Amino acid sequence: MLELASISKSFGGLHVLRDVNIKVPQGAIYGLIGPNGAGKTTVFNLITGLLDPTFGGIAFDGRDILRKKPHEITRLGIARTFQNIRLFKEMTLLQNVVVGAYRHMDYGFASLLLGLPKYRKHEARARERALELLSWMKLDHKAHDLADNLSYGEQRRLELARALATEPRLLLLDEPVAGMNTGERAGLMTEIQAIRDRGYTILMIEHDMQFVMGLCEKIAVLNFGKIIAEGGPEDIRNNEQVIEAYLGRDDEEEAA
Amino acid sequence: MDFQNFWDVYSNLVLTLGTNILLAFSIWLTLDCGMLAVANAAFLGIGAYTSSLLTMNYDTPFYVSLFGGMALPAAIAIVIGLPLIRLSGVYLAIATLAFGEVVRVFILNTESLTGGAMGLNGIPQLTQGWHVLLSVLVVLFILWRMRASKVGRAFDAIRGDETAAGLMGINVRATKMLAFVAGAAIAGLAGGLNAHLNFFIGPTEYGFDRGVEILTMAILGGIGGLTGPILGALIISLLPQALGALGDYKLIVNGLILVLIVLFLPQGIWDPARFKRWLGKKGGAQHA
Repeated sequence: MLELASISKSFGGLHVLRDVNIKVPQGAIYGLIGPNGAGKTTVFNLITGLLDPTFGGIAFDGRDILRKKPHEITRLGIARTFQNIRLFKEMTLLQNVVVGAYRHMDYGFASLLLGLPKYRKHEARARERALELLSWMKLDHKAHDLADNLSYGEQRRLELARALATEPRLLLLDEPVAGMNTGERAGLMTEIQAIRDRGYTILMIEHDMQFVMGLCEKIAVLNFGKIIAEGGPEDIRNNEQVIEAYLGRDDEEEAA
Repeated sequence: MDFQNFWDVYSNLVLTLGTNILLAFSIWLTLDCGMLAVANAAFLGIGAYTSSLLTMNYDTPFYVSLFGGMALPAAIAIVIGLPLIRLSGVYLAIATLAFGEVVRVFILNTESLTGGAMGLNGIPQLTQGWHVLLSVLVVLFILWRMRASKVGRAFDAIRGDETAAGLMGINVRATKMLAFVAGAAIAGLAGGLNAHLNFFIGPTEYGFDRGVEILTMAILGGIGGLTGPILGALIISLLPQALGALGDYKLIVNGLILVLIVLFLPQGIWDPARFKRWLGKKGGAQHA
């Protein structure tokens, strides 16, 4: 469904990504892991059009999406959440999610000016759908509170609801459980599985190994801008290069 | 005092208030979309000169003159908006201020057309009270409907977080352009109405001072809704009159009041969130 082919990205002389190849199949939960600063979020920024790669191609459903603007990529069916949560803090939860339905509000200037049935129908439907998504994320009781007043875990779930409101086919999650407690993590795990079961494809960045290993069918490991391993959870767990990247190499052993 | 007497004395003030409300709306549009663009005085001037010259030199009907006074600022906004809309924050403010200076100097130096520093004299007084009233109501209605729609939500989203707004499928540049161009057209309308009210227009009316005054109206009133700009325009228009008895000290007190409001009510006078907090506090006290 999503294919990154020989993607490289440099900022000046700094090579953040080098020859990255990732293939996310339809219907998968795919994990992208790696130490801090490995370039994971940069991969997301390239896919969503916030950055352009220095080299390489990105295809979504076989269509080249290189150099498309973020809003065009969203309209093709890719949505994301952010590592450093980016909600509309001055809006209520409901308003946040309704913004996500923006591209599905298909009414013209005359309809909105005169409040014609088409306008009313689309607005009502977006609201209804937003409430549905909020209740899915167990936030419906706070629908009219300001987003700014939510706890960290709730903010992450709201971002997820807002991303789902764009009706994507591919969902990019950037550290979805960061800052959540154990109970919240377990809850989100079931919710993400439920999302996949409804036909979404998921690509996620996550540091919590238990979470990644429990959810993802396939995992790619990024270290210093390169993919050093790809495979199922078992392969990754036993891959020496991965262990080395996370735990470091024993110097004495190397000397011996 | 009956209405006729009131109108004879205060009609000019009331109509100036009307055009000020339009100007406050015009800058509110860009502020609501997260842009600090301060070219409104320049668009006001372009609208005033365009419509006056149409009326005086080409004898066009008033409506056509007004339309021309909206169309040219809008067209210029599109041209300068293409490069400027990429800028954000204070950089956009500086660039739009510079544009305002360009317009002022242009008017000063095209004497044969605009009368230069002497201004334009003898503009027919075609603006009637109901023209201004109708303009304010129509603009208010359109903005009110926009706020309750996907367009208003797109503005709010862009003001909140431009990156996130783009990833919600909102075309950020096009939406900002819409706000900028519509703001220019509304300012131009105010210019056309004002010029046909005052008999005379000159380049000094559309300079830096006026730009700051327009910005002050919106900030003072509060940009969280449409009530704010109206309230701000009311205060800026009426405060100097109300302080008339103070004579030479008028401007000092005027400035002092503005500084105090901005200091103590940074979100503007009309701030629903603050009202809610006050009500909430009262409610809490009752429970206790």
